[in-house]
Amino acid sequence: MTHACQFIRDSATKAADLRHRAVLQKATGTYATKVQDTKSLFIDWSYGRELARQRKWEAVNDLAFHLEEFDLRATARGMTVHWAENAAEAREIILGLCKRHGVRKVVKSKSMVTEEIHLNDFLEENGVIPVESDLGEYIVQLRHEHPYHIVTPVMHLTKEDIDLTFHEKLGTPTGSTAEDLTLTARRVLRNEYLTADMGITGANFIIAETGMVCLTENEGNARLSSSMPRVHLAICGIEKVLPRLDDLALFLPMLAVSGTGQQLTCYNTMIGGPRQTTEVDGPDEVHVILLDNGRTELLADAEQREALHCIRCGACLNACPVFKNIGGHAYGTTYQGPIGSVITPHLRGLEEWKHLSYASSLCGGCAEVCPVHIELHHHLLRNRRNAVQTNGSGWLEQISFQLWSFAMRNTTIYRVCALLSRFGQGISRRLGIEGTALDPLQRWSKTRALPEIPARSFHDWWHERNQ
Amino acid sequence: MDQLFPNVAISVVKVLEGLGHQVDYPEGQTCCGQPAFNSGYWKEARDVAARFLDVFADAETIVCPSGSCTTMIREFYFDLFRDTADFKASAGVAAKTFEFTEFLARKLNVVDLGARFPGRVVWHDACHGLRGLCLKEEPRRLLRAVRGLDLLEMKESETCCGFGGTFSIKFPNISTAMDDVKVGSIEECGADYVASADSSCLMQIGGLLEKRGSKVKTIHIAEILASR
Repeated sequence: MTHACQFIRDSATKAADLRHRAVLQKATGTYATKVQDTKSLFIDWSYGRELARQRKWEAVNDLAFHLEEFDLRATARGMTVHWAENAAEAREIILGLCKRHGVRKVVKSKSMVTEEIHLNDFLEENGVIPVESDLGEYIVQLRHEHPYHIVTPVMHLTKEDIDLTFHEKLGTPTGSTAEDLTLTARRVLRNEYLTADMGITGANFIIAETGMVCLTENEGNARLSSSMPRVHLAICGIEKVLPRLDDLALFLPMLAVSGTGQQLTCYNTMIGGPRQTTEVDGPDEVHVILLDNGRTELLADAEQREALHCIRCGACLNACPVFKNIGGHAYGTTYQGPIGSVITPHLRGLEEWKHLSYASSLCGGCAEVCPVHIELHHHLLRNRRNAVQTNGSGWLEQISFQLWSFAMRNTTIYRVCALLSRFGQGISRRLGIEGTALDPLQRWSKTRALPEIPARSFHDWWHERNQ
Repeated sequence: MDQLFPNVAISVVKVLEGLGHQVDYPEGQTCCGQPAFNSGYWKEARDVAARFLDVFADAETIVCPSGSCTTMIREFYFDLFRDTADFKASAGVAAKTFEFTEFLARKLNVVDLGARFPGRVVWHDACHGLRGLCLKEEPRRLLRAVRGLDLLEMKESETCCGFGGTFSIKFPNISTAMDDVKVGSIEECGADYVASADSSCLMQIGGLLEKRGSKVKTIHIAEILASR
């Protein structure tokens, strides 16, 4: 089954699932209220957005320079920087490190890039056990699912669902409170940090000026993953670089507000290298993988380059009425929602993923909330245009729009077409086929009534009046 | 507008003439090109839009009873005509194009049009009008001045109705689910009418209301403002 067919099937199933919708609407509703409250603490949020957009523009438009500076400074701090062109290269680098250090278990903090390169499956295939330490990711891993949302991986689950999962997988009694569940996860995971040979994290930002890796989180698990095991590996997309340490003063609050409605996340960590001789704890080695995996192609596209400004806050997902009805899993991608629909065709191929760019009403809710002001719905339109230009939308649609364009440039033909549709609707209504499988317009009329075409057009009225 | 919702256009003429403006209807007009543009057929859209530029080249002011078409002209023509010979002409037309309520409330600064329309009305913020043209307070101000009209608010007033042009027939299941959220919110607030400045949204909302046998009716703001 193609990705497009799969999407149509899954999205239709989810769109009809009212329980799923209720869970999602509740979660996004709570989020929206929190974000609104925190945003109101800003003197000028829109100025912050504009500033963030400019800083990201600066970072992305001189990406090579900033990355090289990061490499230089991080190396000087004793870290090892690896450049991976694609997912396979990144996986090989990680496997090489695992072999060299005799790694049997890896403890991971939340990282969408590791999802992007399908790291967990790969590690398991190679005899290394990956353990997710972010509570949401841990639950998802227990359930053998993929993260549902780039920030909130279990947005689709209720406390009762999680209670049941823990009962089935960890043998806890049912009817546990949220606190019980968290404590269970804490108890299980503490042991994992102590026994893991390597910690793998993502990176929310990397700073060129200081050669540091910035991690932002709420549970302290990224901090433990990066400091307790012998080796720490951080992997991040190349677009995560910021020129200056100072930039974090802007981006940490922007990310926290847009991501979860917090003023700041609970833990914000700067990693500046392995344990020094004067220090008592920290890893022996710190490795950073800078992953391209299609990003430089997006960078080369001046028109859509700003999609690399994304700081993965998830605000566009939470604002998207399509996401709020079909949820994260239906997309079938690592990155869901509007940003996923924009970048997936670039990262994984337009032909196979263009359908996501069409699966939007273009309401612009995503662009409105984006903290770095990416014009997401404009990029969906550009993806659509690119899909058509590479002849990817089928001959029937192509001919239809050519005929439409022809008719719209000739008022006589336009009026004849209008007459025909009036006639057509008359027949369809008389035969009683409107809304049935026989109706040529059934993709509309099956669920929604069609307006009756009035006998007299505005054009007719105008003419009669001016006679 | 011409074919499906002539009464909206007629109401626009009546309201504008009532304010003492001279209204012209260039008969050569058809469409702004948005359906093709939104579907990725920019060449076909450009051909149709170029005709729009020709037909309206001499107009003093263009008033359009749709936030969606207005946004197409004002915002997306820049994309559509970028690096083409018509770019300057498109910018010229964009600068003199106004959405109907925008024209009344912002350009003419009118509040009370002397309209009378008894009933409880809830406003649907159509996406293009709201986010493309930043119209939120303007239509509400016009409605509050209508005699007999009780203006209500709903929970999901800024949520998209799920129309989205060809989206509504390419992904009917998603589109209808979005419509269902919208219609649920409308019915919950206890309105007799749901009003908007975009007939396409009203077609989407009205289609589901009718299918459900709801008593709530759809109405374009121009029709309310032209009521006496």
